[in-house]
Amino acid sequence: MYKYDNYDHKIVNERVEQFRDQTQRYLAGEIADEEFLPLRLQNGLYVQRLAPMLRIAVPYGMLSSRQVRRLAHISRVFDKGYVHITTRQNVQLNWPALEEVPDILAELADVEMHAIQTSGNCIRNTTTDQFAGVAEDEIEDPRPWCELIRQWSTLHPEFAFLPRKFKIAVCGSTEDRAAFLLHDIGLQLVKNDSGELGFEVFVGGGLGRTPIIGSSIRKFLPKQHLLSYLDAIVRVYNRYGNRDNKYKARIKILVKAWTPAVFAQRVEAEWEHLKDGPSTLTDSEFSRVKSFFPSPDYTEVDGSESADKLAETAINNVAFKRWLDRNTQPQKQAGYRSVTLSLKPAGVAPGDVTDKQLETIADLADRFSFGELRATHNQNIVLTDVIESDLMELWQQAKESALATPTIGTINDMICCPGGDYCSLANAKSIPVAEAIQRKFSDLDYVYDLGDLELNISGCMNACGHHHVGHIGILGVDKKGKEWYQIQLGGSASRNASLAKVLGPSLSRDQITDGIEKLLDVYVENRIADESFLSTYQRIGIEKFKERVYAPST
Amino acid sequence: MPQVLKDNCVENDDWITLEESSETLPSGDVLLTYDQWQGFSEQLTRHDGGVGVIIDGNAEIEEIIESLLNLPLIAINFPKFADGRGFSTARLLRERYNYNGEIRAVGGFIRDQLYLMSRCGFNAFKFADDTDLSESAKSLQDFSENYQVSVEQKNPLFRRR
Repeated sequence: MYKYDNYDHKIVNERVEQFRDQTQRYLAGEIADEEFLPLRLQNGLYVQRLAPMLRIAVPYGMLSSRQVRRLAHISRVFDKGYVHITTRQNVQLNWPALEEVPDILAELADVEMHAIQTSGNCIRNTTTDQFAGVAEDEIEDPRPWCELIRQWSTLHPEFAFLPRKFKIAVCGSTEDRAAFLLHDIGLQLVKNDSGELGFEVFVGGGLGRTPIIGSSIRKFLPKQHLLSYLDAIVRVYNRYGNRDNKYKARIKILVKAWTPAVFAQRVEAEWEHLKDGPSTLTDSEFSRVKSFFPSPDYTEVDGSESADKLAETAINNVAFKRWLDRNTQPQKQAGYRSVTLSLKPAGVAPGDVTDKQLETIADLADRFSFGELRATHNQNIVLTDVIESDLMELWQQAKESALATPTIGTINDMICCPGGDYCSLANAKSIPVAEAIQRKFSDLDYVYDLGDLELNISGCMNACGHHHVGHIGILGVDKKGKEWYQIQLGGSASRNASLAKVLGPSLSRDQITDGIEKLLDVYVENRIADESFLSTYQRIGIEKFKERVYAPST
Repeated sequence: MPQVLKDNCVENDDWITLEESSETLPSGDVLLTYDQWQGFSEQLTRHDGGVGVIIDGNAEIEEIIESLLNLPLIAINFPKFADGRGFSTARLLRERYNYNGEIRAVGGFIRDQLYLMSRCGFNAFKFADDTDLSESAKSLQDFSENYQVSVEQKNPLFRRR
C-alpha cells in the first residue's frame, strides 16, 4: 500500500498542528461556534447527539495491520473501546473529547493516517472496490488512481468551500463494487481501441434527498489528464453550484438543471485552459505511485489440487462450508481467496468493531494476508490474499472473535447508518431495526435459501445507509414525534444501478419485521428457479408485494 | 487609520470605500463597487487618485475582465466565509488573465482561510471586523508544502519529489 515520504508526513503533521491551534483558539473563545464548525468538519469532527464524533479517513478503504492496532489503541485510550466502519470505507469514533482530538490526530499521523476532509463541503475520501488489485474481472487496479486523487484533493487550495460535499469513486473492473454511478464524480477505468488507459467520466450521481444516477460526460479521458479534468469539473461546480439552498446544492442538481450535455460543454471549455498544464500527470509519477501496489509475494499453488483439498475439508464441516460459501470468494491468484470478516453478528450495531477485535483483525492480516486489509462500503473487513490451505485456521480464529458470521451478501449483512442512537440528523433509530431483522431471520438455511439480498437502512433521508439502492430499503421517518419506517423496493448499486420505489405507507417499528417477512414470502412464492429477490421484483413488479404487506390481517 | 494585511505585513489602508448611495467621488484612492465604478465612469476620467474595484465572488469575470486588468487593485467580496466562489475568481485573475495588481479579500472571510486564499492569489486581506491582523498573519504560514499547483507554486509536488 502507499507509504508516506517526508512530504506526505510534513503535510499531515502540519495539518495536525493547524487543527491543534484552531481547537485551542476555539476553547479560548477566540473562534465563534459558527466559524469553528466548518474548520472542525473539514477535519471530520461532528458534534453529535451525545458527544463529538470523529471520522477518520481510510483512503480507498486500505489499512495496514499497524494502522489497525493504532485504531484499537486510540479507541481504548480516547474512546469507549470500539469504532464504527462507515459506508464510505472510513472509521468513526463515537465518543472522543474535543480537547483530545488534536492528540488523536497526532497518533493517526504517526501511522500515516488523518481525518482531513472526511466531512464538510469539500472533496471527501475517494472510494473504490474492496477487491481492487485481486478481482478477477479487473481492467486495471484503481488504487494508484485513488491515491493520485487523494493527493490532488488533500487541502486543495480552491475547493475547500464548495456549495456542498463532494464524493469521488473509481471503478477498475467490469462489475461495479464501488457504486460509482452514485457519486458526484464516478470514474470508470477503460481502455480505448489502441489499448491506452483512460477514464469514462460520470458526474451528478448521488443519494440523499434527490437520488440520481450519474451521467457520462466524457467517454474517454486519457489517463495523464485526470487531474486537470477533475480541476475543470470542480471549478465549474464551485462557481455555478447552488449556494442558496443546501438541499439543492449538490452537483447533481446543477447537472440536471443544465442537462448533462451542457454541463459537459462547460467542463470542456474550462478544461481547454487547463489541459496540458503542469497538473498533467507524468510517466514517472504513474510508476512511482503504482510501485506501492505490487502483487504480494504469493506462494505458487496448483489451483485445482488446492480446490480439491478445500472441498474435502469442507465436506466434513457444515459450519466451515457455510462460511466458505458466503464469506470467501476466488481471486486472481490460483489457490488464494479473498475473505470477508463479518461485522454483522446479531446484537451488535452493523459495522461496529471493538478494540480487541481490531487487534485480532490485525493479527489475522499479519498471519494470513500480508499485513493488509480493507474496510468495505458494506461495513465489513476484507482480507484479500489468503492461501486456501490457511482458510480453516483463519475461520477458527475469526470465529472465536465473532468475526465469522456466515451471512455475507444475505439479508443479515445489511448496510445500516448509526441512526437515532447516535446521529443528531436522524429521524428514527436504525440499529434496533437491523437487530430485529437479524433476530427474526436467524435460521441460516432460510437466509441462504433467500440468497443474495441487499437490505439497506437509513435513519433519515440523508441516506447514509444507502436505502435508495437496497433491494429492500428502509428509511426512518418522523411522524408527530414517533418513529416510522418507509419501505422501498428494487434499488441496486451495481452496474445497472436503479433507484428503489416506495412500497406504500410507512410501518411502525413493531410492524417492520413482519412487513419484511411478507415481502420475502412473496419472493419465495413467485421466484423461478434460482432467481434473486431483485430479479423477481423486476419481473413481477411492486403490486404483489404491496398487496401482501398492506392486506388487512385475518 | 484602518489597517490591512498585505504581502504578509500589517499596513495602513489608504483606500476609501463609499456608502452605496454616495453621489460624490472623494479625492484620493477609492475602492468602488462594480456598480459605483460604472456610475462614476465620467468623473473617474479626471480623478486624482487610484481606483480599485470590488467584485463579488460570483462575478462572471470573463465578461468584465478587459476593463479590470489595468486597475491597481481588485477586491473580491465574500458574502460569507463558507462561500468559496472567490477562491476560483482569484485564481482565474492570476492564472488565466495574468493580473499582477493587488487582489484583496473583503467581506465575511475568516483568518483560518488565509493560507488557502493566498495560494489562490490573494495578497491582501481586509477583515470586516476587528480581527487582529498580526495574529492572523500566522495563519499564512499554516503549511510549508502542498500537493497541488497554485498561484505561488507552478509545479505540483509530483513534479518536484
